[in-house]
Parts: sequence; structure tokens; C-alpha cells
Amino acid sequence: MSLTRPAPGPETAAAPKAAKKISKSRQGARTGPPVDRSAARHRANLLEAMLRIRHFEERCVELYSAAKIRGFVHLYIGEEAVAVGVNEALTSDDALVSTYREHGHALARGIPAGAVMAEMYGRTTGCSGGRGGSMHLFDASRRFYGGSAIVAGGLPLAAGLALADHMRGQGSVTCCFFGDGAFAEGEFHETANLAALWNLPLLLACENNLYAMGTALSREHAQTDLAMRAASYGMPAWAVDGMDVEAVEQAARRAAEGIRAGTGPHFLELRTYRFRPHSMYDPDRYRDKAEIEQWKARDPINRLIDRMRDNDELSDKELARIEHRLVEELDRAVDAAEQAPEEPIQNLLRHVTSASTGVVS
Amino acid sequence: MGAGGTETSKTTYREAMREALRDALRSDDRVFLMGEDVGRYGGCFGVSLGLLEEFGPERVRDTPLSESAFVGAGIGAALAGMRPIVEIMTVNFSLLALDQILNNAATLLHMSGGQLPVPLVIRMTTGAGRQLAAQHSHSLEGWYAHIPGIRVVAPATIEDARLMLATALTDPDPVLIFEHGSLYNASGERTPTTAPVDLDHAAIRRPGTDISVITYGGSLPKALVAADELAAEGISAEVVDLRTLRPLDDEAIGASVARTHHAVVVDEAWRTGSLAAEVSARIAERSLYELDGPVERVCSAEVPIPYARRLEEAALPQTADIVAAAHRAVD
Repeated sequence: MSLTRPAPGPETAAAPKAAKKISKSRQGARTGPPVDRSAARHRANLLEAMLRIRHFEERCVELYSAAKIRGFVHLYIGEEAVAVGVNEALTSDDALVSTYREHGHALARGIPAGAVMAEMYGRTTGCSGGRGGSMHLFDASRRFYGGSAIVAGGLPLAAGLALADHMRGQGSVTCCFFGDGAFAEGEFHETANLAALWNLPLLLACENNLYAMGTALSREHAQTDLAMRAASYGMPAWAVDGMDVEAVEQAARRAAEGIRAGTGPHFLELRTYRFRPHSMYDPDRYRDKAEIEQWKARDPINRLIDRMRDNDELSDKELARIEHRLVEELDRAVDAAEQAPEEPIQNLLRHVTSASTGVVS
Repeated sequence: MGAGGTETSKTTYREAMREALRDALRSDDRVFLMGEDVGRYGGCFGVSLGLLEEFGPERVRDTPLSESAFVGAGIGAALAGMRPIVEIMTVNFSLLALDQILNNAATLLHMSGGQLPVPLVIRMTTGAGRQLAAQHSHSLEGWYAHIPGIRVVAPATIEDARLMLATALTDPDPVLIFEHGSLYNASGERTPTTAPVDLDHAAIRRPGTDISVITYGGSLPKALVAADELAAEGISAEVVDLRTLRPLDDEAIGASVARTHHAVVVDEAWRTGSLAAEVSARIAERSLYELDGPVERVCSAEVPIPYARRLEEAALPQTADIVAAAHRAVD
């Protein structure tokens, strides 16, 4: 078996076509070709999806500071291009497994902001009925199998979802998000081996944000080229610029197409960065401020806005309209969460077993 | 041999378990078996011998030595509508998958607000008595019985070995089946019944009036021999087979103690923090005024199970220990 690594080299090699297009649009500025309306519309959708996550999480910071929401809250700010870009490659029949830093994944998947916010408030209208909180968002109707707060714990489960779909010939893909920290866990390696051995339709979407909580990549991995290591399991694996939503989308589409064509699991190392600390508790003593600023200069939202402006696809007015709509959506989500009922104490033991849930097998 | 005979015949616990697996695979195409060496090898203890030939490698699936991955894969497959049966060679190895069992299988339903039941069956061998030393011999089912969200059963008879699996597969939640390694060769009558068994109730394996010997799994045969010896001495022991370790059948335990007013709890696990401790506590909570004396416990010595035969035998509950405990309780 040969090690397949179709796009070795620098990050942008993942999506050569997109890379070409991007550089052209950058250089071409306003003298470029006429606006491709469908591509422009698509970019507007990507932008709105990323902005929804950004606004949602900035609101979470306010609400956390006001003690409206509690528990661990892990913010995704800076990483939005990954969730939004990968989700573009998935259909509603595909399954998704997430981590404890999952607001972005959930919103990109289409779980309404109101249901996620209500979950942050621990209310019955939350997408997990208030049992899960920030780290455990679920929506079975969207095949969103939720946030695992055990690093790498979602990976074996994702392999099982892929196995079931594979055994029944469903033709769907299971995508599992996890981070560079999970890559150090045995469960990642067990799952990568199993998925490759059984040719499972699994997209391993590694969000490499360079830190496993406070431990830098180079302090936890003897070999920091994660895509190369994943390729050693006999699956296509390559690194992608995770700060470029269109590059992520291109890569994820290519991987998903390969998976749907029956070539087994694919691994994407999505190189990204969180602008905020690990969680609301984290004093962020382990990162250089200059490093954070360097990455902020590559903000995936600003990058897409710049690109769209260069293409004459986005006016200030249109951007303001999008942001206004999102703020209103969030206001409604927060209001609804504030007013939503809390679970009565007598329901404490509900959902421990199906008998207490009313689920019939 | 078919499943639907009308006359009793001889069988073994191992064959009964295999028959249960074959019936499950035949009757529901969502069911598949996976684990280490379940296919070509025929199962570490020979339970699944011949199933690969009948059902093929998709449904009798050999796995790498990756307990966490294949147990987690069972959970994921269950979420996606399959009915997986995952075999783990021994309970000691199951610790490599404890994360998946506790943090996912037992937790997903609640954590998701009731959206994600996990209809998964996990079978594993437990217990000592075969000189397999300290990493193949422990009885950790009591740890699993600690966990809300899963059902834990321990078939101790040939009939339960044959029939518990089918009921477990109808449960929308995870069921862990603990098969004591010393039982596989146990032989006995294969009754013609195909009536489903429940996984809620303990069973009285021998009625009695003087003392309740409450046990499960691999200790049941020892308890029955002890009851014979006690009977010869004029002590009538009632032997209660818990069958289901979670949830415990409080009613059956209480009713037996109310009849006999004495209790010995026999559990091959270590005494401290054991299932025997839980049963004793429940007797104290519910049946204290029925008791004519303290509850006795017969458990394993608090030592990693040793290899040497004499030492291993000394570490485990033996018939003589049960008889002695019964005497202490009633005298």
C-alpha cells in the first residue's frame, strides 16, 4: 500500500484552482472580469454564515461576563472558515460529529441560533434540552451528533456512524471535527487505522489551531506535520489554509467527492487559530501577543470581505444589512432564551434511560 | 441444531450463547457482531465458531486490537440504526474502552436531551478461576453497575445464556452482558422454550426458608453446591440469582430476606466498594427489621488475582466459604 498524499507542500496546494482564482481576483481588483453572480451570491452566503458565528460568540462573551451563561465556554472566534467551509461539502444526509468548541459547527450545520442560545442558558428549548450546555449541542434531525468534551472521544463514534451508513449503502459521509490535541490521543490513531482498514466514508477534519489548550503543537508532537502522519494510515491527507473559507470549501468538496466515490477516509489538516483564549477561564499566558496579532491579520472574515470588495461583490451597505439582520436574529435568540422555561426539578431523571424518555425502540 | 426443538437436549453455556448469536443474526439484518477474533478464529473462547461461515465478514467482523475504536464504532453504528453486538475479550480489556462506554454509550441519551438512544449490546468475559493471573481474571461488572444509563446483566444459567441476548437487543439503551469464563463449559439441559426472558428480575434458583444466598454469574454454581451442603446439615438456603446487576431487583431481594431473615451475599469482585456492598446496603435500608442477624459477605480477597493455583483458589469465594458464612449468619 502506498502512502497517498495527493497535494503535498504548502497550505494552498490543497485547492490549486481556487488559489489561482483568488490571486487573480486580488490582483485584478476592479478591472477584473465581470462579477459572477452565482459565485458572488455563494460568497455572500459564506460570509453571512461566518458572521453569524462571530456575532453569536461575541454575544456569548457578553452574556458570560453578565453571568447569564456559565460552565465552560470555548470560543471559535478566528476559526469560522473551517466550520463554514467544511459544511459546504456536506449534505443533509451526511453526519457530523463535533467537539467541545462547537458553536460554529452547530450554527454552520443549520441549528438555529435560538436553539443553541437556549442551550447555553440551560433551558428546555435548547437543542439538548438544557442537559448539555455549550460543550454538548445535539440535533438528531440534522444528523448533528454533537459535541464530545473528551478530546478524541467523538472519533470512534464517527467511525461507527460511517460504518452503519457504509453497511447499508447509504452513500453518505460522516465528518468528524477534532483538533491537534486529539491527534495525540490513542483514539485518533485507532480510528484512523480502523477507518482506513474498513474503507469507511469518513472525513477526518483536523482543526489544527496550534494549541492543545495551553500546549503548543511543537511541545506536544515530535513530528508536527499532522497531514503527513495521517497519510501513513493509507488515506489521502493534506493541509489546507484554514483561514480561507473558499480554500477550505474546495478541499472539503474534493475530500467528500473522493469519499463518496468509495476511496475511503480522507484527512484534512485545517490550519487555523483561535483569537480568544482556550475558554473563558483561560488567562492566555502561554501565547505571544504578537503571534495573536499576526493571525488576526489573517482573519477569515476580513479576508473574504476584502476579496468580495475587490471583486465588486459587496458594498458597505450590503455588509451593514447582513450584520443588522444577524444582530436582530441574535437579539431574538437571546430574548427567547431568557423567556424560555427551565426544566422542572421533577424531570431530573428524564432521559437517563429510554424508559424515562418515552423512546420506543 | 435448530433453535426451535421441542424436546430437551444436552448443551453447554458456550453453545447456548452461540445459538443466541446465530438467532439474532438470522432474525434481524441490522444485527452484526464485531470484536477481536470473533470471525476467523471463532472467538477467543470459541463462542462465535462457525458464524463467519454462515454470515460473512461484514456481519461477523474481526477488528484490530483497538477496544476504544471498535466499541465507539458500535455506539456510532447503533446511533445510525444498526443493532451491533460488540465482543470484548475480557473485562480487564474493556478498561481500554471505558471512555466510550461511560462518556458516550451511557451518556449520549441524557446529554442530548433524549434525542440519541444507543441500542448497543456489549458482551465480555469476566471472572477468575482459570489461572490467568492479574490481567485476565477480575470481576469489574460492579464498576459498570455503578453507571446510570446502561443495563448490566450476568447470565448464569444455560437458559439465560441462550435467551438474554435477544431481549438485550430489544432494549433501546446499552446493555452489557458479563459472561463468567468458568461457565462456558458448563453443560446442562437445553429446554425447548423460546419465550423471551426479561432483564428486570432476579430469579430464585433454589427456594429455601432459613437463609438467602444472593449471588450472580460465576458464583451461582458454587452457591447451589453450598445450598446442597447446608441442606444436608438441616439449613434451608434460598439461592437468589440477581441476573440483572443494574438495575437491581430490590423487590426480589427484599422478598427473599423477608422469608428467610438471614442473608449472605456472594460476589467474586473485591469486597470494598463492591456490588455485594451495594446489595448489603439495600438490605440494610429496606429490610433491616426483617433481619435476625448481620448480613454476611463472601468476596474475593483484596489482591490482584494470582497465578498459582493454590493462591488463586484461596483468593476466590469457594463453596466452603459460603457454607461458613451461612453458619455465621444463622448461628
